[in-house]
Amino acid sequence: MDWLTTVDHKKIAVLYLLGGTLFFGIGGIEAIIIRLQLIKPMNDLVSAQTFNELITMHGTTMIFLGVMPIIFALMNALIPLQIGARDVAFPFLNSLGFWTFLFGGLLLNLSWFMGGAPDAGWTAYTPLSGTKFSTTHGVDFYTVGLQLAGLGTLIGGINFLATIITMRAPGMSFMRMPMFTWTTFITSAMILFAFPAITVGLVLLTFDRILGANFFDVAGGGNPILWQHIFWIFGHPEVYVLILPAFGIISEVIPTFARKRLFGYSSMVFATILIAFLGFMVWAHHMFTTGLGPVANALFSISTMLIAVPTGIKIFNWMFTMWGGQVRFTSANLFAVGFIPTFTMGGITGVMLASAPADFQFHDTYFVVAHFHYVIVGGLVFGLFAGLHFWWPKMFGRMLNETIGKWTFWTFAIGFHMTFFVQHFLGLLGMQRRVFTYLPNQGFDTMNLVSTLGAILMGIGVMLFLFNAFHSFTKPKGVANDPWEDGRTLEWSIPSPPPEYNFKQIPLVRGLDAFWKEKMAGHQEMTPAEPVGSIHMPSPTILPFVMSVGIFIAGLGLMFSGEQFSNSFMSFIFNNWIVCGLGLLITFGSMVLRSLFDDHGWHIELEELEEEGV
Amino acid sequence: MASAHTEVDGKLPNEPEKATLEGRNKILGFWLFLGGEAVLFGTLFATFLTLRNQTNEGPTANELFSLPLTAMATMLLLVSSLTSVFAIQAMHRHNLPSLIRWLFITVLLGLVFLGLEIYEFAEYMIKDDFGMSTSAFSSAFYTLVGFHGAHVAFGVVWIGILIGQLYRKGLTVVTAPKIYVSAIYWHFIDVVWVFIFTVVYLLGKVG
Repeated sequence: MDWLTTVDHKKIAVLYLLGGTLFFGIGGIEAIIIRLQLIKPMNDLVSAQTFNELITMHGTTMIFLGVMPIIFALMNALIPLQIGARDVAFPFLNSLGFWTFLFGGLLLNLSWFMGGAPDAGWTAYTPLSGTKFSTTHGVDFYTVGLQLAGLGTLIGGINFLATIITMRAPGMSFMRMPMFTWTTFITSAMILFAFPAITVGLVLLTFDRILGANFFDVAGGGNPILWQHIFWIFGHPEVYVLILPAFGIISEVIPTFARKRLFGYSSMVFATILIAFLGFMVWAHHMFTTGLGPVANALFSISTMLIAVPTGIKIFNWMFTMWGGQVRFTSANLFAVGFIPTFTMGGITGVMLASAPADFQFHDTYFVVAHFHYVIVGGLVFGLFAGLHFWWPKMFGRMLNETIGKWTFWTFAIGFHMTFFVQHFLGLLGMQRRVFTYLPNQGFDTMNLVSTLGAILMGIGVMLFLFNAFHSFTKPKGVANDPWEDGRTLEWSIPSPPPEYNFKQIPLVRGLDAFWKEKMAGHQEMTPAEPVGSIHMPSPTILPFVMSVGIFIAGLGLMFSGEQFSNSFMSFIFNNWIVCGLGLLITFGSMVLRSLFDDHGWHIELEELEEEGV
Repeated sequence: MASAHTEVDGKLPNEPEKATLEGRNKILGFWLFLGGEAVLFGTLFATFLTLRNQTNEGPTANELFSLPLTAMATMLLLVSSLTSVFAIQAMHRHNLPSLIRWLFITVLLGLVFLGLEIYEFAEYMIKDDFGMSTSAFSSAFYTLVGFHGAHVAFGVVWIGILIGQLYRKGLTVVTAPKIYVSAIYWHFIDVVWVFIFTVVYLLGKVG
């Protein structure tokens, strides 16, 4: 019950981590089945239809329900700590964001048990995703489920923006913010301007499928390319929504374990902003082969290649940070250092794909698959592993086992390169993506075998990490404030795990890497910026959970509003929009309740603070 | 944090909506949210502009629209923005009865606007046989204008509830940010309507 009603950002972080891990696991199992199907030519492990469902759900699950929530987990756990705040700006909304994500994810995955998963690819290109070619409710689960999950992300983004703008500790100017906070800030801005586009896209597709609208139906005057524009004007920024937080994590881990400040901090900040800006300008590079014409193709080619410049700045800054440092290869740092070459390889194939004439050859081959997995797995997932190993003691007060951590790194990294490196060559040889099998003796056999074995090795790496995580909970809490002993930012100045109110006194920030600066000045802890006093806390509430249940019900009602049931009662309540209306009533009712009863929260008084002796 | 207290130092400050961190956060967060809303409507406008001539042998914009009706609706909505400004000015003078009165007029104007829109839609659907699935143009029209209409309806209910709160609790540093934020929202849907009037109706008649 405590977990259903919590509005504490640290607990919500744990919820995000659990939810994200669950879906990451599901997406991973789907990936392994895909690779097992492709282990040899003419395999018949799964049918073509199931294969389509698997690739669709693997992509959708991993991007929206797997890695996004784990990023949000780290952001939630750390942003208030890094900026010296007691909480986020909107604790209630924070909880609402988590629950809408979770119910959106559940709705999407219900499709496996309710008559077929979405099967039109994770991009749901029309007309394939229209009612003519996708006759089951699969794509409806996709549109409605993603709508809910996207709502949660948008809420989270606004929350982090407001938090970072208004709640920084005294002295923490923008140019003194830790890099992870910076990338969270920019990422949240990107979420704010990218997600409403997919919201509209999903609404249009829902209307096409459920209300018989004609947005993407050529026979009614619609335009399928419109879907691609709307999808990618969201979808390309989304790639940077995923990778920028990883950049932030790497920029925290490497300086800590190199015992040097980050090289070129301000250039890192501006490179991040530039990447975000360019990220919005390049969406049509996914659409070179749709016939946009040479002018558009040239412009989008060039703007895409430009992104390599700020990204290159970042790569070199990380290397210069290590140069001359006393580098310690903890498992967190192994992942961070391992990130640099893998991500760079993904970037280089990105520049290759950005060249429109070359893209006509690479398009829809395994070369593209290799490219984006190098970026998203070799970049983001490496970054997440680095971040989780790094901040685990801060989040849970327990260390992860270093030996298992190193095994995790080596199995995962070797498995990763085995899986995806060969896929570049499969693509160049002409193996198409999204096909469920291939003929023998085309030169694909060996490389597919290697790729599948690599995928299994990656799976073992993930299992090792999970084992390590569970293992750490068998040990007692009681890690020191600064377990790596080289912590640079504010979160390392308070106990692990932090108390409910984070900072007993809001700290005074006197420079970049605030805690490191105090340590170098010979201080053990931060100088407080305020006297010890009673601390205001928001009250826990069940309403976000109820609201999300409401829209979950409304979503199901909407999906099945045109369905013919054998049971007349079911037909009655669904076809007359009663279920949908009931769900909306629950949600809006909760909103009214929330609005009518002011919640003043509660205070932790001075005496309680002193009793705890922190 | 002063959020638990209805008054600061015994009396209401000049700008009660910005008196607490919570209030300021609420206003900032809402501006950010409107940034997202701008993208949402931008995408809907782009969709409409792409599809506005795809009438699929159904009615065209020129045949359907009646400018006197929509001009009237536009005027009502613009005036309601003005009355919501008067409401905020009354709030800054700490004049509760005047605040409630202006909010009430705003809601009323919003309701009349909605009534006109429902009348307009009903007429198209029944008289002109112009429904959601008639053409890509009809889908884009109903979605864009309907989204705006849903925003107006939401705003009417929201401000209605706020009026109830003002009766019960009066003007405090807790209610003031809510009033202020709802006024920003109301201006936003007004601005969107100006674009709809131009892009959908005027361009439909002459473009």
